[in-house]
Amino acid sequence: MIRIDSVTKRYPDGTVAVDNLSLEIPDRSITVFVGPSGCGKTTTLRMINRMIEPSEGTITIDGKDITQQPVNTLRRSMGYVIQNAGLFQHRTIIDNIATVPRLLGWDKARARARARELMERVGLDGSLAKRYPYQLSGGQQQRVGVARALAADPPVLLMDEPFSAVDPVVRKGLQDELLRIQDELGKTIVFVTHDIDEAVKIGTMVAVMRTGGHLAQFAPPAELLTDPADAFVEDFLGADRGIRRLSFFSSAGLDLLTTPIVAVDATAEQIAARTSKDVPYLLVTDVDGRPLGWSEPATLTAGSVDPARLLSHGRPFEHGKESLRAALDGAVLSPTGWAVAVGADGRVTGVVSQQTIGEAIRAAHAEGRTEKVAG
Amino acid sequence: MSGGLFDIPSDLQNTYWGLVGLHLREALIPVAVGLVVALPVAQLCVRLRWLYPPVLWVTTVLYAIPSLAFFVVLIDYTGQTETTVMIPLGVYSLVVFVPAIVDGVRSVPQETLDAATAMGLGPVRRYFQVQLPIAAPAIIAGLRVATVSSISLVSVGMLIGNQGGLGNLLNDGMIYHQNRLIWLSVIGTAVLAILADALLVLVRVLVTPWMPRGNRTPRPVDEPEPLQAALEDAVR
Repeated sequence: MIRIDSVTKRYPDGTVAVDNLSLEIPDRSITVFVGPSGCGKTTTLRMINRMIEPSEGTITIDGKDITQQPVNTLRRSMGYVIQNAGLFQHRTIIDNIATVPRLLGWDKARARARARELMERVGLDGSLAKRYPYQLSGGQQQRVGVARALAADPPVLLMDEPFSAVDPVVRKGLQDELLRIQDELGKTIVFVTHDIDEAVKIGTMVAVMRTGGHLAQFAPPAELLTDPADAFVEDFLGADRGIRRLSFFSSAGLDLLTTPIVAVDATAEQIAARTSKDVPYLLVTDVDGRPLGWSEPATLTAGSVDPARLLSHGRPFEHGKESLRAALDGAVLSPTGWAVAVGADGRVTGVVSQQTIGEAIRAAHAEGRTEKVAG
Repeated sequence: MSGGLFDIPSDLQNTYWGLVGLHLREALIPVAVGLVVALPVAQLCVRLRWLYPPVLWVTTVLYAIPSLAFFVVLIDYTGQTETTVMIPLGVYSLVVFVPAIVDGVRSVPQETLDAATAMGLGPVRRYFQVQLPIAAPAIIAGLRVATVSSISLVSVGMLIGNQGGLGNLLNDGMIYHQNRLIWLSVIGTAVLAILADALLVLVRVLVTPWMPRGNRTPRPVDEPEPLQAALEDAVR
């Protein structure tokens, strides 16, 4: 556990970057520092590996003051990932990754073997090993940055806005990859970002900081969205925190209707059997059970269904795996107001109305129980 | 005196190729020493920012002193020797090396340095393993200018008694009214400069496989081409 105890950083010109900060960073989880520019989040991160020394207060790791060991020993026990990766442009990818193992005195062969193993872990093709950084895309460079930080298997990983400089699609990929790697490795990760969505997505705990180096709130993301400590945090979270909070409720509890679903080659009898007063529409699927679109039963003629004339079914959500947010999104996107649930194979498992989703949301809020849900 | 193209007057007590060797020695040793001196000076200028302007000023003023003035002072101490020729050449090279190295080292991105620091590279490792290799293209660019200009400047050593390498031939050519000797001197010097420059370009390509192709000459715009600098020096 990293414990930050009454830490203040004051510069000679009187600027206070971090003001009397105290918090505990739990082991084997991702703690995110988030806030606007100048809130002291990067300063805090850099005090953990002593690239910046605090003016007051102490930082301990597992009870040991970080100043009690040689600074380079401390740093080699912590992976560090920064914006734009900060790769050594004059070294090959594999030698970049092998940097810290080599510093720790591993022989070249062992360090390189380890580097290859890490390239695989972060999703880099082995053929890139002998390339130089300029030959890689921004996203690939950032993966190298993560691999380099993990090379000596440090218990702690410090990440300073690592994904800020890549485009949104690549960023999402890197975030998902980080969560996957974290599932496998269970590092103590301290992550700095200015992007609250990123903080909510990847954080186990989120520390919201405000200008002047004050800690505004330190809480799990769901709690942050439910119960912001003050107007600053609420404002920082943005206008749609109610919707975003739905990300933390599983769609598993939704009662799905399986009646109003017909295959594209259904007979007139089957169509009649599936039609009911409760649901004014029928969902048409292809012969494999994948959704095609909605139709009013009256306009549906057996044997001559034109998929092009069906109403959009929105984005299907994976029942049980994705959140109520994804379910609600699907329902809102379809002109019928109904969402389509699918299994992992993409086949329809049922449909659910906005109204039912609304009831589930109210029930979930009443329970107040949240969990980390994908999507 | 009769016969071969490369025959030279006996007063030089040397062969043409002997003069070429002498010329290269007198030109390259000062450049090498200049580089060795400039590295720590430049590193000091990088670490202590306030030091850079005065150091730059001093190297520029030294560069403005004509070699003849140096010879007048030095001849009392080092006599009519190669050393007397090489000292000013070494001093002149600093005006190229110091800014080239400082700019090169400063061009290392801050995030690269931060990453090196954060991975536990101390200042010495950081300098030799990160800053210096990344500054190599800029340093070699400076080396090209210094080498070519030094090769052309050596000729002035003829003023202190046949210490000018190929420059001595220029002198003899004028004394004996032999155009052949003048051409041997001028073309020989130019060929040496071009070959040395080409060799350094090759070295740069070999030591920087990490540089993007098609961008292998990251020369700042205000830095003169080596040959242009050589011509300017020849005029001095």
